Amino acid sequence: MSPIDESHLHADPGIEAHAPSANGIGPSAAAPSAPVSSAAPLQRQHATTIFQKGAPGRRAFLCPALDVPEVDPETLLPARFRRSEGPRLPEVSEPEIVRHYVGISKRNFDLDSGFYPLGSCTMKHNPRLHERAAALPGHARLHPLQDPERAQGALELMWNLQEALAEISGLPHVSLQPSAGSHGELAGVLLSRAYHEDRGESRHKVLTPDTAHGTNPATVTMAGLEVVKVATNADGGVDIEDLRAKADGDVACLMLTNPNTLGLFDPNIAEIAEIVHGVGATLYYDGANLNAVMGLSRPGDMGFDIVHFNLHKSFTQPHGGGGPGSGPIAVSGRVAPYLPVPVVARREDGSFDLDHDRPKSIGRLRGFHGNYGCFVRSYAYICSLGGDGLKDASETAVLNANYLLARLRNCAHPPVAEYLPLAYGDLCMHEFVLSGGPMKKTLEIKTLDLAKRLLDFGFHPPTVYFPLLVDEALMVEPTETETKETLDAFADAIAAILKEAAQDPEIARGAPYTTPVRRLDEVAAAKRPVIRQALS
Amino acid sequence: MAQASYPDELLYHPEHDWARIDAADPALATLGITWYAQDALGEVVFFDPPAVGTTLAKDASYAEVESVKAVSDVIAPLSGEIVEVNEALSENPAMINEDPYGEGWLVKVRLSEPSERDSLMDAAAYRATLAG
Repeated sequence: MSPIDESHLHADPGIEAHAPSANGIGPSAAAPSAPVSSAAPLQRQHATTIFQKGAPGRRAFLCPALDVPEVDPETLLPARFRRSEGPRLPEVSEPEIVRHYVGISKRNFDLDSGFYPLGSCTMKHNPRLHERAAALPGHARLHPLQDPERAQGALELMWNLQEALAEISGLPHVSLQPSAGSHGELAGVLLSRAYHEDRGESRHKVLTPDTAHGTNPATVTMAGLEVVKVATNADGGVDIEDLRAKADGDVACLMLTNPNTLGLFDPNIAEIAEIVHGVGATLYYDGANLNAVMGLSRPGDMGFDIVHFNLHKSFTQPHGGGGPGSGPIAVSGRVAPYLPVPVVARREDGSFDLDHDRPKSIGRLRGFHGNYGCFVRSYAYICSLGGDGLKDASETAVLNANYLLARLRNCAHPPVAEYLPLAYGDLCMHEFVLSGGPMKKTLEIKTLDLAKRLLDFGFHPPTVYFPLLVDEALMVEPTETETKETLDAFADAIAAILKEAAQDPEIARGAPYTTPVRRLDEVAAAKRPVIRQALS
Repeated sequence: MAQASYPDELLYHPEHDWARIDAADPALATLGITWYAQDALGEVVFFDPPAVGTTLAKDASYAEVESVKAVSDVIAPLSGEIVEVNEALSENPAMINEDPYGEGWLVKVRLSEPSERDSLMDAAAYRATLAG
């Protein structure tokens, strides 16, 4: 019935259980004994699609009786647009639907069930108050093509959010249109290109440090420009001499993430800005790590021309399940004429409008005006916290990261810092990067094994193998919304896994044991992903 | 190949590539990536070979190899022109992991500057760079 090869999707039935023991250590407590019967319910139950459930004629919703004149569809649509047979939709009852999707959601690891320290992703708690605001009918049911005269409240919210983002970034002109961080990056590079072209210059190079956010090189290529890598110095910052050597009249832009993906704030930022502006190029700030510096430092004050925000990271739009995201951009005056259309404008009488009359604009980046629900949640967050609250959030994010780092480094038994040394720097910002290189050498388990074993302890693994300049990288971002108890428990879990590996590395190599799906065939997942299912 | 290995008969480039100079023809070389490189990359899922006839410049990238972790450039240890590519890798790129010095070879090259080989390392010198 299904072309899906289920052996790729599900746990090996011959599971050996290695649940973490109460004290977190001791392979004897986790003896590889239990056979099939010990598999958790979700491991025994194979995931099916909604199309494999239900029965013909079964319904979850019945339409009320037709109370308007019936019209023959043949008079409404030309024959070539009419289907010859009905769509084969799932035929299921409401409880079947509910159980189906709740069941699938339980197979996933989510922020609402556990600690999710995925580096550079800012998996902070999503306050429930924001959902209430976004669900208000005036927000949730507003049609995107509503005439601006009848959507004044929504436009005012967008305007206020723009003003807030301008204040946070120190850059006065904002577009809310981009729908993701990478989309904001693309907007930024297109703006930079438009800026140079308008001045009659053709510049084709974009400088990106090798500590830049991973999407930067892809963005540059997509915008039709060429990536030139800038090296990292011994302190984990931009190699100034290398930057000087590569900054020339062909450079359109420097894309920088600060703090960078090593979790370090580059102290030479003023000099970097001077070098880049000196050759007439623009400076682009990737807002991936903005959560470290809200209310503390502003990209505009550092000399940047363009910044993107991730409303789904720093500003609590729920994410991690594929969207929707939102990646507004803020820009300096010299780049403002090229912003995407339309922009939200305030008229002299204080009312709001959508301004399409911007002759130098790079055009539209998407339909409608951005992911509006994200705007409501992020605006609710900014209003709840206020300027001081945002600053507190960033300071606590940095404190939490440094606490966790210190907790790990101070652990003597096992010597965590010897197995997983900090790759660069000493103190960190909101995240830190450890190297699993020594662990791989001495304990013979890889960073991937450690990450998978963390799942058995109830934690989502940190980002692994990024940035590429760190051997066996493990990038940890705890965020400000985690308690000391959670950070302690995570540090204890890392220590327990290292201790366990010193006695029996096979346990980590076979992990995870307790998740609905165990170690995946990553090669098959990359080369032969099953993304279509034939209807029976 | 589970254990680290660096055959003595090969020459090594600091970017973790090897070159095997043909015994009968000193201007012909087979190129590949080292055990260290494949181990650092993890499971290789894709190798994008350049076309036969492509010119290689020593120390510059000539191909990409994609693993479950990342896409990485492959650096040319020597200059020349590609005369043959390992077609079997497009079907089975895991050979790069399983047999990096044998079935996992990448390209054969007609060398334009055979004397460049003097700048490459022998196995002992390469091994020493990995120890640090």
